[in-house]
Amino acid sequence: MGVVVFPGSNCDHDAYHALKYVMNADVKFLWHKETDVSGLDIIIVPGGFSYGDYLRSGAIARFSPIMQELIEYAKKGGPVMGICNGFQILLEAGLIPGAMRHNEQLKFICKDVHIRVESTQSIYTSTLQKDQLLKIPISHGEGNYYIDNDGIKELQDNDQVLFRYVNAHGETTQQANINGSVDHIAGITNKQKNVLGMMPHPERAMEQLLGKEDGKQIFESVLQVLAIT
Amino acid sequence: MNASFMSELTPKEPTVNLELALDHGLTHEEYEMIIDCLGRTPSFTELGVYSVMWSEHCSYKNSIIELKKLPREGEHLLVEAGEENAGLVDIGDGLCCAFKIESHNHPSAVEPYQGAATGVGGIHRDIFTMGARPIAALNSLRFGSLNTPRVRYLLDGVVRGIGDYGNSFGVPVIAGEVYFDESYEGNPLVNAMSIGIVKAGETASAIAKGIGNPVLIVGASTGRDGIHGATFASEEISEESEAKRPSVQVGDPFTEKLLLEASLEALQTGAVVGMQDMGAAGIACSSSEMTAKGGQGMRINLDLVPAREPGMTAYEMLLSESQERMLIVAHKGQEQAIIDVYEKWDLHAVVIGEVVEGDHVTYWKDGEVKAQIPAEHLVLGGGAPQYVREMKKPAYLQETQSADLSGLTHPENLIESLEALLHSPNIASKRWVHEQYDTMVRTNTVQGPGATDAGVIRLKGSKKGLVAKTDCNGRYVYLNPRRGGQIAVAESARNVVCSGAKPMAITNCLNYGNPYKPEVYWTFKESLAGMGDACRKLNTPVTGGNVSFYNENPESAIFPTPIIGMLGVIEDVEKHKMSPSFKNEGDIILYVGSSRIGLGGTEYLKVIHKLTTGDAPILDLDVELKVQQVVLKAITSGLVTAAHDVSDGGLAVSIAEMGIFSSLGAQIDLSVLSGSIHEIWFSEAQSGIVLTCQPDQKETLMKHLLQGGVEVVQIGTVQGDALLFEGVGSVSLDHLHSIYESAIPKVMS
Repeated sequence: MGVVVFPGSNCDHDAYHALKYVMNADVKFLWHKETDVSGLDIIIVPGGFSYGDYLRSGAIARFSPIMQELIEYAKKGGPVMGICNGFQILLEAGLIPGAMRHNEQLKFICKDVHIRVESTQSIYTSTLQKDQLLKIPISHGEGNYYIDNDGIKELQDNDQVLFRYVNAHGETTQQANINGSVDHIAGITNKQKNVLGMMPHPERAMEQLLGKEDGKQIFESVLQVLAIT
Repeated sequence: MNASFMSELTPKEPTVNLELALDHGLTHEEYEMIIDCLGRTPSFTELGVYSVMWSEHCSYKNSIIELKKLPREGEHLLVEAGEENAGLVDIGDGLCCAFKIESHNHPSAVEPYQGAATGVGGIHRDIFTMGARPIAALNSLRFGSLNTPRVRYLLDGVVRGIGDYGNSFGVPVIAGEVYFDESYEGNPLVNAMSIGIVKAGETASAIAKGIGNPVLIVGASTGRDGIHGATFASEEISEESEAKRPSVQVGDPFTEKLLLEASLEALQTGAVVGMQDMGAAGIACSSSEMTAKGGQGMRINLDLVPAREPGMTAYEMLLSESQERMLIVAHKGQEQAIIDVYEKWDLHAVVIGEVVEGDHVTYWKDGEVKAQIPAEHLVLGGGAPQYVREMKKPAYLQETQSADLSGLTHPENLIESLEALLHSPNIASKRWVHEQYDTMVRTNTVQGPGATDAGVIRLKGSKKGLVAKTDCNGRYVYLNPRRGGQIAVAESARNVVCSGAKPMAITNCLNYGNPYKPEVYWTFKESLAGMGDACRKLNTPVTGGNVSFYNENPESAIFPTPIIGMLGVIEDVEKHKMSPSFKNEGDIILYVGSSRIGLGGTEYLKVIHKLTTGDAPILDLDVELKVQQVVLKAITSGLVTAAHDVSDGGLAVSIAEMGIFSSLGAQIDLSVLSGSIHEIWFSEAQSGIVLTCQPDQKETLMKHLLQGGVEVVQIGTVQGDALLFEGVGSVSLDHLHSIYESAIPKVMS
């Protein structure tokens, strides 16, 4: 497994720790200037502020050397998981449809939220239950997902929406839609379902000592489906 | 003196004379000291360098004599206070903790967003310049009344600034406080603290030594921003302060992140002799301090410094406070290894000088010597002036300390008073603030801000955890400087104990008014003595910190506010971490510690009676120490299910918070405590802690506490979803929760 490191990534070590020490997986860092992604079962694009993101989150990252390779890898069906800033970068790179806006309340928000599993038809959710609730934190200023009406219909028709923001009872209330995302979207895949983008941080919800471990289930699904040991 | 020196007086530069020196904030006496040392009139550039190095901000000239009276030694301290950029504590398992708190009050008063952001950047740089990776941040904020639009603007800007910088840099905020009082109107306090971890033996030092060793500037390029920032921080805020907005630097957290990673990597090459970040007074300060420490000389060619704009003078380059820069002394011949690392991270690393014989720092530009000064003469502890100021006990103390509070007519409904306190922004939930901070990045946060007494982080690869808290009730210090200083230390230690940790050491950020006002200086000296009392008693030495004077607004000085940043170590974080929320129905609620006596200085007096008067709450340091030791032992023995210290708002507020945090109610009987009912409910007497335990542990726990020599009494049981106060009335937790959570968002929206 590989974790991409942009100079402004700051969740790279968290993803690495989660995979290596909690999941006991074989994992390595991929420096943004690298061009070799061969032999990897999955690539994680972690959270952070890739290149400072003063322009627009992920807008510059997509032009980096590693991203050119990653795009090829993804187009060949290689699994790619973008978390938070990683999601923003995958959107900018055109690997998943849609765009990201500033949170509705125009403030950065860091807190635990509930998300609901909307589809189990992906490597990321295949061992989870549909409608299952996960408590996973978000931490972003630009997580307000946008896509037009045709786009949303296509996502729904293809079962590409994996996670929606809900309240503790699993309901998609307006208040639960933490950043104002279209259709409460917290995580979606591309049409082929090998590429996932999600705003919540599963790698932060891995250990009971830190108060939450629901994120582990997503990585368990990936490891099980890809038969990675 | 170099021959080319004299030609430096070009027509563009003003003539140096006493008047110009006074304009630079130097005194007549200080100007004479400079002439005496140099044996000539200083050049314009030299005058600039002296003025910042001898500013209050860099020289601590009006505080150092008092600071040296604080206890600064302890078995776990690895560097003495003031020796390096931050304190360094041995926490065992081959790990050291570097930590420090620093103010950015004046910049934040005129430009809240950038002022606060660069405050965060500066303090993290102090930590990683020692070779430690910053892993947690705290911040301590003070504002005027939230009812004014200006204060809301400042709060919003400061919080966004702290958030945007820290969130991008990737260090979680784990604790802090926000406090509002009219005394901070116009002069908010923004104190930022950083905690870093470094392996023992891998720390870096801020030293320049080894003749011929190259000196490098790394990181961002140098611009005209922040010139005379240190001088600006050393005067009162006034109507003209708005015009000093250009003295406020602009932060770039992305560059700082690169600088962090590159600097830690550079240290691993073994090519680094010494390293110092550039904060106040930029190149001038870092080069002269490193040189003075090494006892040799340094020669710098300013033409080689990467500049953001052309045409910068030596004066501007030396005084620029452009952010995200560091000065490095490398082993001769190994500089390329360092340059390679910085280039990997797309940062400048340029050789601009070398360590030379002698004891002078010499700055060249355009082929001329622009300044040549004995380094030792510039720095704190060396030639920089040290003063004891005139002192006078403030007249108001006579009136406040003898105020008779016994005649107050208290409102009859205690629960309404409790609700009013929970609605006070000083007590109400600060969720609006801390949810704008990334509190979890780096996945170490065991307890973040909010429903906690202190922040708790685990240390990967170790069973240990670190616990930290900032604290200071300025109102107490105002009403009784000595005891207020004691309480600031005692309370932060108590917070750390209530989280399961042993208090180890403190860093402090001392925020006061103009030290040339005798009353301010007296208060400063008294409150420091109080801090010293408590630090000695609780065995938590001072590792360093920062002094911020001139915190005044057009009307008066702020409350004297010595913010304490307490560090504690938790031996087994998995087993010993402790929080204030009620855990189980049926748990027994105990009150441990001193009697609830006295309403002076309380939030109750302020909120309900609109009074800031009386004496500060009672504190007996012997009792405090005993309570902390016995309670910590009880926690680490596994006898306790929840612990919460009694502080702002008093016992009733503490109990209500334990309920609000957990959504579990309680049946409470406070008639078992002696004293008047309003004091029992709302006194902020020190050394009080509320504990809970499982019913079958009650006897063991009470026996342990009593044997330890502390008072303990059962005051209730955890049950239901309301707080039922025997003989008083009951109130639902849902109701209290909504009051507690809505107070600040309602004002800010």
